[in-house]
Amino acid sequence: MDMGIKNRLAKRAAREVKEGMVVNLGIGIPSLVPNHLPSGYEVIFQSENGIVGIGAAPDKGSEDENLCNAGGFPVSLINGGCYTDSAAAFAMIRRGKIDLTILGSLQVSEKGDLANWIIPGKKVPGMGGATELASKAKKVIVLMTHLDKYHHSKLVKECSLPLTAKQCVSMIITDRGVFTIDKGRLTLIEVFRPYSIEEINNSTEAEFFISPQVTYMD
Amino acid sequence: MPAHLNKISSYENLKSLFFNNMILMFGGFGGVGTPPTMITSILKWGIRDLTIIGNDTGFPHIGIGQLIAEDRVKKVIASHIGSNPIAGRMMSEGTLEVEFSPQGILAERIRAGGVGLKGFLSEIGIDDPYLNDGKKVIEIEGHSFLVETALSAQVGIVFAKKADPFGNLVYDKSARNTNPLVAMASDITIVEAEEIVGTGDLDPEEIVTSGVFVDYIVPSKGVDWKWIWE
Repeated sequence: MDMGIKNRLAKRAAREVKEGMVVNLGIGIPSLVPNHLPSGYEVIFQSENGIVGIGAAPDKGSEDENLCNAGGFPVSLINGGCYTDSAAAFAMIRRGKIDLTILGSLQVSEKGDLANWIIPGKKVPGMGGATELASKAKKVIVLMTHLDKYHHSKLVKECSLPLTAKQCVSMIITDRGVFTIDKGRLTLIEVFRPYSIEEINNSTEAEFFISPQVTYMD
Repeated sequence: MPAHLNKISSYENLKSLFFNNMILMFGGFGGVGTPPTMITSILKWGIRDLTIIGNDTGFPHIGIGQLIAEDRVKKVIASHIGSNPIAGRMMSEGTLEVEFSPQGILAERIRAGGVGLKGFLSEIGIDDPYLNDGKKVIEIEGHSFLVETALSAQVGIVFAKKADPFGNLVYDKSARNTNPLVAMASDITIVEAEEIVGTGDLDPEEIVTSGVFVDYIVPSKGVDWKWIWE
């Protein structure tokens, strides 16, 4: 996926981040989300390795090797931020104190099941913190390509890959559009140009409704 | 100070604590906060057939990942091995046994080992065939929970920013991560400290790990994880 598309997904996801939220971002595209928030926007970014209040990436040359996000990249701490150990970081997660998590995924089902930790026989990275984040965050948004590298829909009726967590996803943002899942109902709410509803329909395995207020976005 | 309250040691003195087939627990997250000079020493001493317990398998050239790359490890208990392709390859080939726990459950299993508990109950993964496999289920107030067992090790290696001679520790930013948990969970706890300070030099309100849990302290020869982002 090229950088322009990655930034489009991140920019759209940034609209779901409200001031005052405690937010955990997955590695990859979700980590681009803060770049699309207004400066001075008051959000607390939390990470699994024990940072509460992640700030902007430091300038080249002023990185601190003991201050990295969960993906291993150098970050900074906002004024008023703090460090915890990993057990406390996950206490926040399992206790439901995370308002929003934004994750990547391999598949999402039309009921909101998330499958993002293993491709049996091919890739077994481990679930890391995704099981607990997806199960316990108040809101789970998935950013992913609409199709996998074999051009199969990643938005499916039933996940064929082992699940990370069941019925946990409430929004999916792909390179083709935005879907919500509410009470087990998958709905297309935005279409990204140049795609059409018909093209999205033809490239999506999952059954979905089309919002009466569906909008087209550049 | 009585000798047993002064735990400052040298790498050479610690060599006899390590042996083949041992269970080794390590602090660190993605290489950050894994004691680099301890890893180099274990490599140099030729220790092999290790069972290692920690958050992840680091990178092939950083942190615990070096022990895997040198084929010194037979089993890993971790939450993630994705940053170390060698671990993934060895797992597929059947030369490395890997047991996964969700990251926070793993941290809590280590913490349980460190606080004298045998385990705890959690609903994470209750209906997941990978995560509930072989685990006991207990029902409380109509809800089902998995029994997650405590983890402990023969030796735990920890990275700290500062240690005093008794082993009171403070950590540095996100290099804290699993280190305070690992510091409590092993029969013998070894701390590699960036700085060793005098007794009374640490603010008692800011000490994260009490020296009660620490057995040996060695000075770090410097971190090796800078190039993760370079």
